[in-house]
Amino acid sequence: MTELTNLTVAQIRDGHRAGDFSAVEVAEAFSANVADAKALNAFIVETPEHALSAAKAADADRAAGTLKPLSGVPIGMKDLFCTHGVQTTAASHMLEGFVPRYESTVSQKLWDAGAGMLGKLNLDQFAMGSSNETSYFGNVISPWKRKDGGNAALAPGGSSGGSSTAIAARLCPAATGTDTGGSIRQPAAFTGISGIKPTYGRCSRWGIVAFASSLDQAGPMARDVRDCAIMLENMAGFDPKDATSLDMAVPNWEAALSSDLKGKTVGIPKEYRLEGIDPDIDAMWDAGIAMLKDAGATVVEISLPHTKYALPAYYIIAPAEASSNLARYDGVRYGLRDLPEGAGLQDMYASTRADGFGAEVKRRIMIGTYVLSAGFYDAYYTQAQKVRTLIARDFEQAFTSCEVILAPTAPSAAFGLGEKMADPLAMYLNDVFAVPASLAGLPAMSVPAALNREGLPLGLQIIGKAFDEQGVLDAGLAIEERAGFTARAEKWW
Amino acid sequence: MSDYRIKGETGEWEVVIGLEVHAQITTNAKLFSGAATAFGAEPNTQVSLVDAAMPGMLPVPNRECIRQAVRTGMAIEAQINTWSRFDRKNYFYADLPQGYQISQLYHPLVGEGSITVEADEKAGIPEPKVIGVERIHVEQDAGKLMHDQHPTMSYVDLNRSGVALMEIVSKPDMRSPAEAGAYVRKLRAILRYVGSCDGNMEEGSMRADVNVSVRKPGDEFGTRTETKNVNSVRFVMAVIEGEAKRQVELIESGGTVVQETRLYDPDRGETRSMRSKEDAHDYRYFPDPDLLPLELDDAFLAECRESLPELPDAKRDRYLALGISPYNADVLTAEVEAARWFDTLLDAGAKPVAAANWVTSELFGALNRMGRDLTDSPVSPQQAAELLGLVADGTISGTIAKTVFEKMLESGDGAGAIVERDGLKQTSDTGAIEAEIAKILTANADKVEQYKGGKEALFGFFVGQTMKAMQGKANPQVVNELLKKALG
Repeated sequence: MTELTNLTVAQIRDGHRAGDFSAVEVAEAFSANVADAKALNAFIVETPEHALSAAKAADADRAAGTLKPLSGVPIGMKDLFCTHGVQTTAASHMLEGFVPRYESTVSQKLWDAGAGMLGKLNLDQFAMGSSNETSYFGNVISPWKRKDGGNAALAPGGSSGGSSTAIAARLCPAATGTDTGGSIRQPAAFTGISGIKPTYGRCSRWGIVAFASSLDQAGPMARDVRDCAIMLENMAGFDPKDATSLDMAVPNWEAALSSDLKGKTVGIPKEYRLEGIDPDIDAMWDAGIAMLKDAGATVVEISLPHTKYALPAYYIIAPAEASSNLARYDGVRYGLRDLPEGAGLQDMYASTRADGFGAEVKRRIMIGTYVLSAGFYDAYYTQAQKVRTLIARDFEQAFTSCEVILAPTAPSAAFGLGEKMADPLAMYLNDVFAVPASLAGLPAMSVPAALNREGLPLGLQIIGKAFDEQGVLDAGLAIEERAGFTARAEKWW
Repeated sequence: MSDYRIKGETGEWEVVIGLEVHAQITTNAKLFSGAATAFGAEPNTQVSLVDAAMPGMLPVPNRECIRQAVRTGMAIEAQINTWSRFDRKNYFYADLPQGYQISQLYHPLVGEGSITVEADEKAGIPEPKVIGVERIHVEQDAGKLMHDQHPTMSYVDLNRSGVALMEIVSKPDMRSPAEAGAYVRKLRAILRYVGSCDGNMEEGSMRADVNVSVRKPGDEFGTRTETKNVNSVRFVMAVIEGEAKRQVELIESGGTVVQETRLYDPDRGETRSMRSKEDAHDYRYFPDPDLLPLELDDAFLAECRESLPELPDAKRDRYLALGISPYNADVLTAEVEAARWFDTLLDAGAKPVAAANWVTSELFGALNRMGRDLTDSPVSPQQAAELLGLVADGTISGTIAKTVFEKMLESGDGAGAIVERDGLKQTSDTGAIEAEIAKILTANADKVEQYKGGKEALFGFFVGQTMKAMQGKANPQVVNELLKKALG
């Protein structure tokens, strides 16, 4: 029998249903891998008991003939989702020890579908970062190593770096992620897995620690496209508790999966061809174009003329919202409180927030506060919102001549831990291809497409029309079938 | 035009007043959460996860709050903005869990409207005056800090956190404390008619920020100060009076008024500076990204409009058209309960003019004596209609009606039953009345002489004597006629 931890979500579900193995065996196998992978630091909290109890319920359900869509599947939960009775920190000192008495809508849906939780996954603090180096609980280490004879620790991407690492290292078959400006897609690309950010509003934000409300969107990360479809079906859905939630039925994405792209047109945005980019990235992109043609699609060049303004606009809007969203962490009601002897309210705020937030979080709060302040608001925030509208219009225009857009997910393969921490701008540049779809609220996914010359995975991004996750998944599947990406990180931990 | 002026050493000063009234919307649930809103509940018992701003919690607009604000806008004939948006007003304070208040700065729900205050000669309002309303927007209330619970710490009560408020912003159209007082009273009446706010200023359901500036008549507006959270009509007027005087004295002594926020101290009857413009917060307003723009459709607007009751101005006009005096019409329409009670009385068949006189004098007099108000009146409109009907059809006189009303108040019995039981029916029996008249004229021959000599005022004396002899039951008109005949 294949090692259980090498199975995909679909294989676990089907194998469990067929009686090839018990859910308890699966849960125990993954929990053992989790326990054995401390060196990766993917988890902030491990919850084998949660996974086990869900597994027992799954086995009972199988006996009773009442199986649910994710019965027997243990998953990882990004520690940005509030989980009832389980510490939820957003990887911050501020929320260290915070145990919610409520369950986020997305995690509740997953438990209702029969999934179990292996633990809470590490991430960039408050989801702010592209390398998982801003976590208060330490860096997540990618399982991948460069094939250069060196032993440099690589970034797993961010902010969903715990999720990407855990899946790539077979610590869980799938995990939740959240994507504000690439936080699902970029770590997926860095670790050779798949991940999809659905249309803004598909997944409820209720119970997810907020970073930038108008951009935050939950989505699944998994080993392949089918697993992403299965997971997303069980995460998405209208939620009256989220005013921005989409009041639309959730399609049966898995059942409708098709890699036959005959009659479809794929757009290639010329503005994404960056001067001086890693030739491996361009080569992968060209290969991807060939694969989609092979799947029957017509390929056309398109223009997204405002692309170069996307990153600056994003780094105004996201910090602006964050500066306000994070105001609630004030030491008054929950989380960290630092009250120096004899201190007043203002001192308590200052001290608590100085101590509770990491450097990157503070940087973004400062940027956000600045761009919203009197005298600067119009020059920054209003201008950025205009850019955002223009970017959405770019996509609308482009989608009159194509159904999906193909581009690289990130401008490079995984970089080494510490390589970019000294230069925030270089770090922010990592999001250059991911951010436009976020600003436009469009569904976008990353699928592994190739290894670069250092043996590190590279991802291709597919961006779809609003609500057309199916088109994105289908094109992703067409690439997955042709790329034949089977590489995996060799175990060194 | 108001001629209210502050007399300074350099001449007369005009006062310019604008009011921002915060009115708590009457609903069972808060603006963005399902938590309850009852007044006076134990601290922190009406707080949801959203109100406490727990991580990951999101606001969802309460439809009823929006509906009430729209109805209020319609009641002052304001422009209703079918597209509006919520903004965040960012500042740190312990009573503000989110670290921002959700309000509407850029695109309020309700645009320009107006409120008319009635003429009131005595108060220096010679003719009705239209006060412009700039806007009405919807926002969250904050919680409450309690400083008296612990020697070194402050406690926080979040029961009010997230409660829905309407902020009703007037134009700087008022020119005297009396106009401002009349505006607040009229606004309160409208809110209570509409049912969007209970107008209870003692419980804090309605409070005003008072903007005051002074200028020489005809000059440009002066620099204004804003006195926050004034919670009675009397205090609003006192703030304006005091603040206008303070500003005049300041300017005339060579100082300048600074734009600042002030607080009113009711015990000392004066305002004091809270913070100046220089220390003002930068609230960093921006559109709340947790909420979509609010779009109102035609069906919603139609329902809002159809559900509006007859409003004070329309009701007053209707009463005037029925012949009711302007004074009575004002009194009867000032409070929604009185108007409702009176309308029920009319529906039960009472004649408008007589009914208005009776309610404003007899009924209100009796309620005053008993320390009650209309909502717990011992006499129902139907019972009152019966009493007034007996007067109207001549069964009893107005004088007897007073006696009957007293008996109704004592016993709770109906007017008809009391009249029947106590034999209070008015008589038009000319024989009986003539007999009594004859006796009275004989007994008062001297007065008859004087009357005939030209002292016609004595007629009233003979009427009184006759009514007394008839124990008040004689029909006054018949008495008049017979007396005139007898006195030749």
